[in-house]
Amino acid sequence: MNEYDKFSLDGRPIYFERGQSILEAALAAGVYIPNLCHHPEFKPHGSCKLCTVKVNGRFGSACTIKAMPGQEVASDTPELNGNRRVLLQMLFVEGNHFCPGCEKSGNCKLQALAYDIEMLTPHYRHFYPVREIDATHPDVLLDFNRCIMCELCVRASRDVDGKSVFALAGRGTASHVVVNSPSGKLGDTDFALTDKAASVCPVGAILSKRVGFAVPIGERQYDVDPISAQASARQAEEA
Amino acid sequence: MFRLETAENPQKLRRIAIDPVTRVEGHGKVTLLLDDADRIHQVRLHIVEFRGFEVFIEGRPFWEVPVTVQRLCGICPVSHHLAAVKAMDIIAGYGALPPTAEKLRRLMHYGQVLQSHAVHFFHLASPDLLLGFDSEPTRRNIVGVAQDFPEIAKQGVLLRKYGQEVIRHTAGKRIHGTGAIPGGMNKALAVAERDELRRDIDQMIEWALASVHMVAALHRTKPEFYNHFGEFDSSMMGLVDERGAMDFYHGGLRAVDAAGKPIFDHVDYTTYESVLEEEAKSWSYMKFPHIRALGPEKGWYKVGPLARVQACDFIPSPLADLERKKMMGLGHGKPVMGTLFYHWARLIELLHAAEVIRDLLDDPDILGTDLMADKGERKGEAVGVIEAPRGTLFHHYRVNENDLVTFCNLIVSTTNNNQAMNAAIRSVARTHLDGRVVTEGLLNHIEVAIRAYDPCLSCATHALGQMPLEVDLVDAEGRLVSRGRRNMGPER
Repeated sequence: MNEYDKFSLDGRPIYFERGQSILEAALAAGVYIPNLCHHPEFKPHGSCKLCTVKVNGRFGSACTIKAMPGQEVASDTPELNGNRRVLLQMLFVEGNHFCPGCEKSGNCKLQALAYDIEMLTPHYRHFYPVREIDATHPDVLLDFNRCIMCELCVRASRDVDGKSVFALAGRGTASHVVVNSPSGKLGDTDFALTDKAASVCPVGAILSKRVGFAVPIGERQYDVDPISAQASARQAEEA
Repeated sequence: MFRLETAENPQKLRRIAIDPVTRVEGHGKVTLLLDDADRIHQVRLHIVEFRGFEVFIEGRPFWEVPVTVQRLCGICPVSHHLAAVKAMDIIAGYGALPPTAEKLRRLMHYGQVLQSHAVHFFHLASPDLLLGFDSEPTRRNIVGVAQDFPEIAKQGVLLRKYGQEVIRHTAGKRIHGTGAIPGGMNKALAVAERDELRRDIDQMIEWALASVHMVAALHRTKPEFYNHFGEFDSSMMGLVDERGAMDFYHGGLRAVDAAGKPIFDHVDYTTYESVLEEEAKSWSYMKFPHIRALGPEKGWYKVGPLARVQACDFIPSPLADLERKKMMGLGHGKPVMGTLFYHWARLIELLHAAEVIRDLLDDPDILGTDLMADKGERKGEAVGVIEAPRGTLFHHYRVNENDLVTFCNLIVSTTNNNQAMNAAIRSVARTHLDGRVVTEGLLNHIEVAIRAYDPCLSCATHALGQMPLEVDLVDAEGRLVSRGRRNMGPER
C-alpha cells in the first residue's frame, strides 16, 4: 500500500491498494458503506444501488468505481441515507418480506440494513406478489417471496460451482430468478447443499431445510451489533 | 336450537348492541332483542373479526409453523408455539424429548399461564369485581383499580412481568420468541437466568396466594350472587396426566358432565376427532364444537380454568390443591357452575403455575444442555394439544414429502367455550335484564359474564375457507329470490 494511495471518505482518509473498489477499500479500512448485492468473493454487480456514494460530487456505485488517489467520497450523508431508505422500502414492498415468521430474521442482511438505516415504515403500498415456494429439493428450500434479485446465487452457481443452476428471467417488474431444469424445479437439478450458491443468499430465499430457528434469539448475527458496527469490528479483529 | 338463541319474530323487536365488548382480547359484540315490555327474546355473542391462519399456514415449511402461528395472538402466543411444535416434533420424526428440553418447555408454558392469568384478572376483570359491575364506567378500568387499590394493581403488574421474564429467558423474547424447535429447544437456561428467576418466585407465590384469598373474600361478601351469576349446567373438558392430575403441557383428554361424572377419560388427543365435532352457525365466524357422542344440543362443554380445576382429580402442587378443595367445597360434592367461579379457578391456576415454576427452577435438570431428542421416522400427520390459559388448544397438521404443510386445523380454547359463553350471557340476561329498563350497568353484567371466560376472540376466529357463509338475494319487496349457503350445517 502506497501512503500516497488514499482517498477521502466523509472526511476520513482511506488508504487503498491499486485495483480495489471504493467499497472494498472502505470495508478493508473498517468503514461501513451499506451494500446488499456485494460479496467479497464475487465480481461486483452494481445492481442494488445501496452502496451509491457521491464521488467528487457525482453519484456512483461504490462497489464498481475503482478507488483513485485524491477522490472526495461522500457516503454517510442525510441525502444518501435517505435514498438508501427509499431503495430498501421499495425492496420490502416489492416482495413478501414478513420478518416475524421468517427463519432468516436476525441473520438477514436486508432486515439488518433496514434497522441500521432506520427504515421505520414500508411507506409504499405493498405489491403482495404471488410467488412460489420450491420445496422439491430434499435439502434446500427456495422461497421466492423473499428474493431481492441480487444475483449472488446466479454468480456463485455459475462462477464457483460451475453449474449455472440459477438465472434471472423476465424484464422490469416481471424480473425473477428461474431454475435451470426442464421442470423449472430445484429438485430436478444437480444442486447440492454444499454448493457455494446454497450459502450466499443475503435474505431468506435460499434456505437449508429443517434447521430454521436453531440459533436462539440473542445469538444471531445481527442481534448484538448493527450491521454497520460489524464492519469496523471485523477490521479491528484482523488488525 | 337453544333458548334465547333465535327470536321467533325478530322484525318487531328492539335491538340493543354492546359493540365492541370491552376488556377482552379481540373484537366481538353482543346483540339483545327485546319487546316493548323489555322482555328478552334473543341474546347472541357475535365474533365479528376473522383471521386466516389455517389457510396461510398451508404451503409453508413445517419448521416455520411454530413461530408463524403464534402470531395469532400477543397474549398467549407461547401456547400456539408449543401446541404447534408438539405436532412438528412428531412430523419431523423426533422421539421423546430429553428431560431438560421438556422441562424448559414446561417452564416457558407455566410462565405463559402465569402472565396471561395475571393480565386477565388484574388488568381486565378486577375493575368489575373490585369497583362494582355498575360503577362509573370511565373509572372501571385498571387505572381506577390502581387509584383505589394501588397495592393490588402493583402486584398484578409485577406478576405479569415475572411471567414475561420466564418466557424471555426460555424463548428469547417476552412475546413471539423462538425457543421451541421441532425436536427440542434452541436455548439452554443460563445459571444467571435461573438465579434471577429464582430470586423472586417466592414473592410471586405469596402474591398469587393472596389473590386467591382476595377472590374467596369477595365471594363471602355476596355468596348467593357469586354462586348463581351466569349459572348453568354444562360438561367440562381438560387435559389430565396419567394420575388424573392437572397438567397444562401434556396429557390425555378428560370430559366430565355437570355432576362431575366422566364422559370420556385419558383419550389420546391425536384421536380428538373421534370424540369432538365442530358445527358452524350463520351468525358467528366462530365454530361451535361439541362432544360427538352427545350431539350439538347436549354435547357442548366448558374449557379453561373452571373446567380444568374441576375435571382433574387433584392439582399437583400443595397450595393450589388446598385452594381447589376450598372452592369445590362450595359445590357440596358437585362441580360449581356459577360463571364468576372462573376467576377463582383462574387464580388457583395462577398459584399452581407459580409453584410449578419454583419446582422447575429448583430442578437440576433445568440447567442441562441436552436439548434435542433423537430422530427417527418422519410422519405425514400429527396433532399437538396443550392447555392454553383459556383452555384446551388443538393444532392438527398434515405435511407432504417436500416438508410443506398441506392441511391445518386449529380448535382454540375460546372456540371450545363458544356455546358456554352464549349460555352464560343468556343466563345473565334472563336473571338480570329481563323485564327491566336496560342501563349501562346492566349491560355491563353481560360483559362481565363474557370476560369471566377470558375469551381471545382474535385467535378463535382463524378459519378461512371453512368460514360459514349465507347469502340471500331478495327482490325490492323483500321476497327471497335465492339463497347460497356454505359450511352452514343443516338449514334451520
